[in-house]
Amino acid sequence: MTEQLTGAQSLIRSLEFAGVDTVFGIPGGAVLPAYDPLMDSAQVRHILVRHEQAAGHAAEGYATATGKVGVCMATSGPGATNLVTPLADAYMDSVPLVAITGQVPSYYIGTDAFQEADIRGITMPITKHSFLVTDPADIPRAVAEAFHIAGTGRPGPVLVDVTKDALQAQTTFNWPEVLDLAGYHPVTKPHSKQVREAAAMIVAARQPVLYVGGGVIKAGAHRELLELAALTGIPVVTTLMARGAFPDSHPQHLGMPGMHGTVAAVAALQKSDLLIALGSRFDDRVTGQIDSFAPYAQIIHADIDPAEIGKLRHADVPIVGDAREVIAELVLAIKAEHEAGHHGDIGGWWKQLEDWLEVYPLGYAPAPDGELSPQYAIERLGAIAGPEAIYTAGVGQHQMWASQFIKYENPRTWLNSGGAGTMGYAIPAAMGAKVGRPDATVWAIDGDGCFQMTNQELATCSVNDIPIKVALINNGTLGMVRQWQTLFYNERYSETDLGSKNIPDFMKLADAYGCEGIRVSSPDDVDSAIEKAMSINDKSVVVEFVVHQDAMVWPMVAAGTSNDDILAARDAAPLWDRED
Amino acid sequence: MSRHTLSVLVENTPGVLARVSSLFSRRGFNIDSLAVGPTESPEVSRMTIVVNVEDLPLEQVTKQLNKLVNVIKIVELDPAMAVERELMLVKVRADIETRSHILETVQLFRAKVVDVSSDAVTIEATGSVDKLEALLRVLEPFGVKELVQSGMVAIGRGARSISDRSPRTVDPT
Repeated sequence: MTEQLTGAQSLIRSLEFAGVDTVFGIPGGAVLPAYDPLMDSAQVRHILVRHEQAAGHAAEGYATATGKVGVCMATSGPGATNLVTPLADAYMDSVPLVAITGQVPSYYIGTDAFQEADIRGITMPITKHSFLVTDPADIPRAVAEAFHIAGTGRPGPVLVDVTKDALQAQTTFNWPEVLDLAGYHPVTKPHSKQVREAAAMIVAARQPVLYVGGGVIKAGAHRELLELAALTGIPVVTTLMARGAFPDSHPQHLGMPGMHGTVAAVAALQKSDLLIALGSRFDDRVTGQIDSFAPYAQIIHADIDPAEIGKLRHADVPIVGDAREVIAELVLAIKAEHEAGHHGDIGGWWKQLEDWLEVYPLGYAPAPDGELSPQYAIERLGAIAGPEAIYTAGVGQHQMWASQFIKYENPRTWLNSGGAGTMGYAIPAAMGAKVGRPDATVWAIDGDGCFQMTNQELATCSVNDIPIKVALINNGTLGMVRQWQTLFYNERYSETDLGSKNIPDFMKLADAYGCEGIRVSSPDDVDSAIEKAMSINDKSVVVEFVVHQDAMVWPMVAAGTSNDDILAARDAAPLWDRED
Repeated sequence: MSRHTLSVLVENTPGVLARVSSLFSRRGFNIDSLAVGPTESPEVSRMTIVVNVEDLPLEQVTKQLNKLVNVIKIVELDPAMAVERELMLVKVRADIETRSHILETVQLFRAKVVDVSSDAVTIEATGSVDKLEALLRVLEPFGVKELVQSGMVAIGRGARSISDRSPRTVDPT
């Protein structure tokens, strides 16, 4: 006889079968039945957050730091709609996520019942797939399929909306041994003909660039990338989503391309004759005005998502496949070319690249006398906390500086909201990363604007023994917006000044949340504050860096303009073809 | 711009029409017509979608459609190698004097009269877009009181079927 259990018990058992160890969430009316058996699960740890948005970002942080599927849970209506932002974020950045939401009983659907929202309909454009489960017998299959879809192919968020009556009804539990998804067959193995064609182009190119995106990290292809780079000697750029995919210390690394990329990385793309795009998607923040992007380059575009190939730029050689398999096969095909006597000659290219690297290194203007520069604080944090730590960031100037001035050596150590640009990501993502990687030091680098969107999760950290460290870059303003107002709106600072660097008093706030607070306003105290924070491991620490307001992120390609018009600093356009 | 006819096999599950139509609107693709109905297999529905796009956006349309988990297969039908039909019901003003002229037109177009009243007839016609447009042009002088038209359905010519491929299964792990 098959065992009888409730739909709620079936849901929790399904999560256990899916290998879930952590769920971030908040209970409520419609999802309440699921929380009862959850209390008894020895395998699944539920972390009660303070806002559902944080549950979603924490699940993202957990997923991005570990490579596993992150899980969040919320009730119907507002609980579910609060997950919309993290779902959109995870969709844009291809983060594997399963969101479980309670729904009003099936017989109430469509009646504007209390806390009813059509969350499946609402999230359709921002999820990889979604389920509405009204029959308890369907729960195990929906959960199994959700985890399979979220974690394979191009990863992404999947929503499982379960009605309250399905959770309460009696059912039996059957975990599906085989999934039969008629319309879902991600291609991971690249076509060998395309790979050979790409290899022939690579050894023939004179000015090639490896344009590496987040797909390389998601595929776990960093070792293969290192081998490919060593084999070919081709320069590497890593996008915002790919920081850590290739060691910053590697001499072939030109840095990050794009709106706030290094001059060398941007120039390399613009002057290249062959871009080898690996798990990158020609985002507008990388290409600038697309019509003038890399005008001389042929394109090899490898991605697991066929829809990315040719979406924005024609691919001369399209390769559909998992980045790890693609790069491994490319290495073999290039070795074959080498054995046939075909070697690339990129010596002249490197002479040009080294010139750009030397003349236009990353840097920043010093702060006014006696004040602290945000770039310095972040640079020192990276130097002291080191490349084994995990760094998360919110969105804005501090995010760009964290991507520029921290040296990443390892994949899954840089977590940020790239595609969606979600302010408030840093704190909950750091919390999720710390839960997934309890052995690692996790630093959330946040601005005072972002911090005030999600800092309530420091309470969750304190109560649940999740010690994170926060580098709060306090400039009293929405810095990136202010920078645009400085540059493009005649220094008219409409609604960007947060009014005061002292309200709230972040030290009192840290204290109120059970965290250690350290305030730094002089450059002389930066190192000792970071070292002190590094020595505190039994609670979360908030290090507040009070910095000056006028620091700007450079280099910059203004939105909608060509990468050729990059400014190394204000009114300082690089000279592309310097005659020595 | 050019017209393309896509035959899309989808899983017969709730919400699949919403997924397809919302994909078109959020990606900025225009649908000329969309028809959906059952197929020879109860688990599978078939959509016939007519879009008016250039070739390159069409490639994006099919790739994005293919990403929908419930979409099983997409085939673009070449009008020369397919039968394309629409259904039209049209209510035309008809008095004693004009009725016989209208009935003549109906016969010429191999259409049918499905309802008659003292001052109107309702005509049912199927055919290609061109044929229905031609019929409508002839009927218009009599006075079209009401018109309703289905989306286009289409099927490839010859013995081969669109679903000539067995579905695959994958391991859940």
